Amino acid sequence: MILADLRRLGEARAPDDFAANVLRAVGLVDRYALLESPLGPVYVAWSGHGISAVMRAASDAAFEAAFAARFARPLLRAAEPPRQALARALAGRGEPRRLAYDLRCCTPFERDVLVKALEIPRGQVRPYAWIAREIGKPKAVRAVGGALARNPVPLLIPCHRVVRSDGTLGEYALGAGRKADMLAAEGLDVGQVEREAQRGVRLRGSRTTKIFCFPTCADARRIAPQHAVAFGSEREARAAGYRPCRRCRPAAA
Amino acid sequence: MSASERAGREVAEALARDLDAHFEKLVTTYEHRVFGFALNLVGDRPAAEELAQETFVAAYRALCGYGPERRRELSPRAWLYAIVLNRVRNRARSPARRTLSLDERCGASLAADPREQPAAVVERRESAEALRAALGRLALKYRAPVVLRHVDGRSYAEIAAMLGRPAGTIKAEVHRGLAQLRKELRRSEA
Repeated sequence: MILADLRRLGEARAPDDFAANVLRAVGLVDRYALLESPLGPVYVAWSGHGISAVMRAASDAAFEAAFAARFARPLLRAAEPPRQALARALAGRGEPRRLAYDLRCCTPFERDVLVKALEIPRGQVRPYAWIAREIGKPKAVRAVGGALARNPVPLLIPCHRVVRSDGTLGEYALGAGRKADMLAAEGLDVGQVEREAQRGVRLRGSRTTKIFCFPTCADARRIAPQHAVAFGSEREARAAGYRPCRRCRPAAA
Repeated sequence: MSASERAGREVAEALARDLDAHFEKLVTTYEHRVFGFALNLVGDRPAAEELAQETFVAAYRALCGYGPERRRELSPRAWLYAIVLNRVRNRARSPARRTLSLDERCGASLAADPREQPAAVVERRESAEALRAALGRLALKYRAPVVLRHVDGRSYAEIAAMLGRPAGTIKAEVHRGLAQLRKELRRSEA
């Protein structure tokens, strides 16, 4: 009897805020700063793992509350400015792929989606279905959309470069209108992308190389107008004797 | 290797790779056990919370001074428990830290919110409080082995290694501790 009672004493649980208090006490908290971005000032937080959050907020207090609600970790304003590489990447002048990210809040699937999105170059767009196929989950197109909408580090991991196959831009973690602003800031002619997509153009090929690309691929944009040919689908392009570009991989090779 | 040993290896491995990045893993893996151990040694929740927090802070400071090899070889649970025990011993030695009597504390924590809890929960809680109070009246020499053996389910060999006394001695202490605990419980029921 007494042994069973003793065993039950082992079921005690530490208070909910215990871990956060310990981390704060040893100084292991996420730090944050307000940094410039193409969308104006944004709050950026980072931990020992890497950059953990990019958010728009009206004030320090609003950001701290939003961070606590999403990540349930302690957070402090940084005493020193973050690394130059971070500020540069956020302003659109650096290389976000070289930065470390703290994606502990994400599921393995979400992480795969976000890491894949990092591959899309500035000023280019890819369809949700492309990410789904590239990460080996070709049917999970909607789930890819959900994962990108929950991107904890928008702007840096460029979820704004992932659009719908029909050419409309789709949802964005920081608001649908800002998605067009971001792409325009990267030099993409959003209007033209949308008009082409509405005409049914999904791919562009070169008559000289017999290779087809996504229309915004750097290689596709180098095709001289007299050599460019538009396709509505992969099947159409392949039937015409074209093979997919190895760089933008518009179809499985 | 048991599941908890595997978890311990994993945590130690992560700490060896990058202390700051993975210290949180140590905390979230062991917070409930360390808090529970502290609670069963000191008897009340606020003191246990303080003790458990001090333990992790001391652990972090110590880890900062260890090289990767030493961090990799840690058995995190036993190591954290040893820190808890050390602090309890030091506390017992310094009279300034002596707090309320255990009976007063039990009264206070039971009065916390009795209306919202179903009777069964209150009753079970009461018996846990009574048991902790009785444990608190044992000498630390008996209390620690009894808690390690019968609350935590450690083997005599593990406890012997942790407390630095022979397994046979531990066995006798657990035996005597349980006998005293039964006596304490009978006395408080009477």
